[in-house]
Amino acid sequence: MLKISIEKLNGLFKAVAEKQTLYIPADRADGASEYKKYEDGMTLSKNLNTLRSAKDFFFPQTENLADFKVEGKKIEVIDIREEAEDFVVFGVRACDARSFTILDKVFLSEPVDSYYKNRREHGTIVTMACAKPAETCFCGTFGIDPTEPEGDVSCWSDGDSIFFRPNNEKGQKFVDSVSELLEDGDTAKLDETKAQTKEIMAKLPLANLSTEAFGGDTLMEHFKSEKWAELSESCLGCGTCTFVCPTCQCYDIKDFNTGHGIKRFRCWDSCMYSDFTKMAHGNIRNSQLERFRQRFMHKLVYFPSNNNGEFGCVGCGRCLSKCPISMNIVKVMKALEVK
Amino acid sequence: MQEAIISRAKQLLADGTVNRVIGWKRGEFAYDITPAIFESPEEIDADFVYDDFTSANVSKYLVKESRKEGKILAFLKTCDTYSLNQLTKEHRVDRDNIYVVGIPSDGKLDVEKIKAKGITGITGVERNGDILTVKTIYGDETMSVADAMSNKCLSCKSKKHVTYDELIGEDGEVTDTNRFDMVEKLENMTSQERYDFWRNELSKCIRCNACRNVCPACTCENCVFNNPDSGVENKAAADSFEENMFHIIRAFHVAGRCTDCGECSRVCPQNIPLHLLNRKFIKDINSLYGEYQAGADTTSKAPLNNYTFDDCEASIVHERGVE
Amino acid sequence: MQVNDNKEFQPLIVAFCCNWCSYAGADLSGTNRLNYPTNVKIIRVPCSCRVNPIFILRAFQRGADGVILCGCHPGDCHYTSGNYFTRRRMTLLFSMLDFLGIERDRTRVEWVSAAEGAKFAATMNEFTEAVKKLGPNRRLEDLRCRKQ
Repeated sequence: MLKISIEKLNGLFKAVAEKQTLYIPADRADGASEYKKYEDGMTLSKNLNTLRSAKDFFFPQTENLADFKVEGKKIEVIDIREEAEDFVVFGVRACDARSFTILDKVFLSEPVDSYYKNRREHGTIVTMACAKPAETCFCGTFGIDPTEPEGDVSCWSDGDSIFFRPNNEKGQKFVDSVSELLEDGDTAKLDETKAQTKEIMAKLPLANLSTEAFGGDTLMEHFKSEKWAELSESCLGCGTCTFVCPTCQCYDIKDFNTGHGIKRFRCWDSCMYSDFTKMAHGNIRNSQLERFRQRFMHKLVYFPSNNNGEFGCVGCGRCLSKCPISMNIVKVMKALEVK
Repeated sequence: MQEAIISRAKQLLADGTVNRVIGWKRGEFAYDITPAIFESPEEIDADFVYDDFTSANVSKYLVKESRKEGKILAFLKTCDTYSLNQLTKEHRVDRDNIYVVGIPSDGKLDVEKIKAKGITGITGVERNGDILTVKTIYGDETMSVADAMSNKCLSCKSKKHVTYDELIGEDGEVTDTNRFDMVEKLENMTSQERYDFWRNELSKCIRCNACRNVCPACTCENCVFNNPDSGVENKAAADSFEENMFHIIRAFHVAGRCTDCGECSRVCPQNIPLHLLNRKFIKDINSLYGEYQAGADTTSKAPLNNYTFDDCEASIVHERGVE
Repeated sequence: MQVNDNKEFQPLIVAFCCNWCSYAGADLSGTNRLNYPTNVKIIRVPCSCRVNPIFILRAFQRGADGVILCGCHPGDCHYTSGNYFTRRRMTLLFSMLDFLGIERDRTRVEWVSAAEGAKFAATMNEFTEAVKKLGPNRRLEDLRCRKQ
């Protein structure tokens, strides 16, 4: 398999960044990591995952959709869409890589979201296999193998070198563009690393979490469950879980009056917010219990029901570590699966 | 401590003083504690926990809970009693419906700080004196307790419970803290440096509203930022202005009412030091209008609901500090 | 009125004036034919105390380079005590803006009575000059609202 030694990795970043924008997970002063545009001197974070997920690249928190110019009774619509520039996201983990499959099902099915599609077509995702999963990881529950990440190019590290495997045309193009930096390498040590990671995966505290009790045909049983009251009683109704989630894709569209025109923009919304379903007639989900239930029912029941059994969660564990009151999908699943 | 709390909770449930208990519930790991309400001794035995990670302030839940049928037992740490007192003062809770047991706290730990040391796969945490042993699936790690101490406890303002019906353990005193050090440091920077500092911090904000929703002083039924009729409603900051706007207004609305419990910074998923904004207001109030600690009593007038004829003019801002 | 044809920066000033004193003061300065810059936009409020911190921030968002709040002199409030609350509130707000690195000369509180037409004009001239020196508001502006 093609590889590059870890010392030379920054040379590869530099070569890629010369041709197109490159984003890599970089450390922040507070110890967390986040995707940053690569600049000379930056190094790849050693953290397992970034604080915010990689969905931002294709579905940013806010984006402008259209501009309006209003003169008297005339409204002119200005299409502000532009072809996105090519970019590369390096170091996406297996869980986040799978989240794109889920987001694609939402945004690329008819009617196609042209804003999302534009970025998706121009972005190359280079994934990185995990070697040291955390206690909050449960990607295995959703059939994701962190040692075999998806994406346009898959990468592995054996501690000395990074191995590259293109998975499609786009990935091949990426590998070709840096081929002079890569050399052929022996994967014996890598196979060992993979085996070790698999061993650790089996030992993780959430290794036995199962989706068996969920899916489209369990709708009424779970919807009517009496456990929601207890599960949701301490929910603050904030949007942390939603915003750090790589698969949450709900948004709101609003107009902003700039004083000399109108900007129509969309921004992430959260089903945990009290005004999420507020409409002209009122609100259909008036209690936090209903809002809380919606989020988990969507991921565990509604989404698989509409998408051939695919769950709306990838087990990245971000909500587990970020929820202010530590209530999360794992606790919900464990509570609901007990009959 | 946990045993004493549990046995007292069961006693008070059994003798009918209260019909439910608000406390903390054990999670999946050593550190993911959820505030919860317990209605039976069995539930308490199964899940009630009070340890190094029970830092959540449960006072705000009492706004809703104290209006329900029957008395509720609340175990409050010192900082939590200030929040409850402030809520009582603002008539947001029915204090007669709450039985407060004051409990001591020798500082809570912040798992984020442990993880920031690169420790992962945490399965257990043990505190022995000053040393913290973190058990992980990759082997044991040790670090000092001080390095893992949550920020809000590092600058603890008081070990004294300001409201309680009974106490477990000894009551302490108001402590002399260094809590304004960072505010002062910022004040002594130049305007450009301060601007850069806050842009760097506030641009991380994802507008999850956790700081607002967890705040025991933020108890409006409908926040101005959620109200489409307010003209400033926004769900996500589309511009740096909106980041500033949200945080200035959030802090301003609790100015003079914020007890400095530190929950806003604790819950921030982006680790923004939001408490500094609140502390700036507290520091200004102390220096301009006299020492004031929100939540210390239930009778005094809040500084922004009050005035004197010889208050300083707003121009004082132009005359002091660093430009 | 002078037509400003050179490209010198002309700040936009928003002046919140209380109905009972400062607005009447502004009126008096007009009837006395005193000059103050045309880029001062007056917003009449029932009392200086009506001005919510959000109003001040909104003014900056929508393009103001400086915001000044005028009310009755302390002790003269039409509602007895409104301006005393204003004084505390605005002191804290301005201090916070300063803390966030927003230039401190962009905000001001001034007490102007109904008889002080001359003071109103002088204050506005002086404040406009001070803001002009700072240049356009960049630290507390909404880029979307910037006129292209």
